[in-house]
Amino acid sequence: MRIERYGPVVFSEIEPYAGLKQALRLGKKGILNTVKESNLRGRGGAGFPTGLKWSFAAETDLERKYVVCNADEGEPGTFKDRVLLTEYTCLVFEGMIIGALAIGAEKGFLYLRGEYRSFLSLFEKELKRMRKDGVLGKNIMGKKGFNFDIDIKLGSGAYVCGEETALIESMEGQRGEPRNRPPFPVNTGYNGWPTIVNNVETFITVVHIIKKGADWFKKIGTKKSAGSKVLSISGDCKKPGVYEVAFGVSIKDILKIAGAANTKAVQVGGASGICVPASEFNRKLAYEDLSTGGSVIVFNEKRKMLDVAENFLKFFGEESCGQCTPCREGIPVLLEGIKLLKKGECTKNYLKDLFSLAETMQLASKCGLGQSSSKALVSIVNNFTKEYTLSKSKRKEKKFDG
Amino acid sequence: MEKECATKKIIIRNGKEIFVCDETRSQLLPILQGVQAKKGYISDKDMQKIAGELGIHPVEVYSVITFYSFLTVEKKGKHMIRISNCISGEIAGSEKIVKEFEKVLKIKVGETTKDKKITLEGTSCIGMCDEAPAIMVDDRLIGKVTPKMINKIIKELKCG
Repeated sequence: MRIERYGPVVFSEIEPYAGLKQALRLGKKGILNTVKESNLRGRGGAGFPTGLKWSFAAETDLERKYVVCNADEGEPGTFKDRVLLTEYTCLVFEGMIIGALAIGAEKGFLYLRGEYRSFLSLFEKELKRMRKDGVLGKNIMGKKGFNFDIDIKLGSGAYVCGEETALIESMEGQRGEPRNRPPFPVNTGYNGWPTIVNNVETFITVVHIIKKGADWFKKIGTKKSAGSKVLSISGDCKKPGVYEVAFGVSIKDILKIAGAANTKAVQVGGASGICVPASEFNRKLAYEDLSTGGSVIVFNEKRKMLDVAENFLKFFGEESCGQCTPCREGIPVLLEGIKLLKKGECTKNYLKDLFSLAETMQLASKCGLGQSSSKALVSIVNNFTKEYTLSKSKRKEKKFDG
Repeated sequence: MEKECATKKIIIRNGKEIFVCDETRSQLLPILQGVQAKKGYISDKDMQKIAGELGIHPVEVYSVITFYSFLTVEKKGKHMIRISNCISGEIAGSEKIVKEFEKVLKIKVGETTKDKKITLEGTSCIGMCDEAPAIMVDDRLIGKVTPKMINKIIKELKCG
């Protein structure tokens, strides 16, 4: 495993509990202001402003609130949270404690994907140590009335549980089916109480921001995307691994870092992301251009891109929760379509229909899984026209009513 | 007194709202995970027992079990080998790994060996793409799997 333990934010130096000490000095309002000022956006992929999320939860004066760390990374090609969780365990928990202080929560949960359950004892040990250090439990670091503790909840193999409302459903012992939003978890979260759900990387980043300041953070990255992103790079490259880069880095630079050659395409954002062809390698990683949860998969000239699209659709077919129609019914149709394309049996008209269905799925699906399940297919079919031929319809296309 | 709130049932006792799911329903997944780990599957009888303890219908327990891929209602092998279907695995040659496992175990993906020792399954990305092709053997994540390693992995499981 390769981890470049060098980077502008997440992998930068920090003393243990330095963020928490500063957070206690800043107080609730100070933390919220700093995080808001920093323009930090969620690192899980959706990119919602963290400061805003936290202040929504902080505004309500209900007696119970929850802090949840989303450690259910299931996006194909993502493994950075595995590395962050195991190498920077304490920082993740420290970020959660800061979150608890900001919103006024006394209980936190780490929702860990079932695939990572072998790390459970490592995390339990760390929690135990932190309780001994007095940073978890009652009157944290001597601050009277500041009580907070963290439990670990284990997932059981469901990609969709990475969606925050599905994650909460799963924590409540339900099927992990996404909820309608609104209400948002910041108002109606775990068991109906205000809950903030943030990514592993977001919590670590918060610790650095609190200690080093919003201005320090904003100097890194681009104007619209402050800070850095931890990437999981895999596929056809010499040095797959975890790297931290400042936002604004181009695909070309990323490929250089990872030692990739003869690259045909790069899938940014995993199966739910988009496929970037070589002609667009100048595009930048940033919320305003290519937004990503961190997954970067490299494909060289030998790869058949339709196979890639098929793999992704199979994945979505497996992981769709099935509660909403566009996603449940749309994915098998698209999968069938890609098989026809591979065989050269797809006509121009039918491809149009498939694209129209893809658009419907993007617009009408309930959650991010359904909405993004067709994105990769569309970008692959659009960008790699040389890899398939459309069959000419000899007879008139069959017309269907309704 | 009971009423429905936006998400869950709330019981009101002495004028105070108490969320019943807090202590009880949210325990369902950990309980199921425990049974699965111990017995390798969750039987009808167990479903009824758990449902009774949590005050829910057995079919609700069933619906939760069938949602999660690591929980099963059918008896599987004593050990579970899951091969990641991830695209990074495919690039790194996971197909060869699948074929080798199938050859050595004499079963197809999705099946269990005759002696009920090992079940072979495919699974979605397990977060080991940097070490693809990767597999999950029970709780253990193993990366950079080569066909040569497979005999050893299976031998260990059969002995254990």
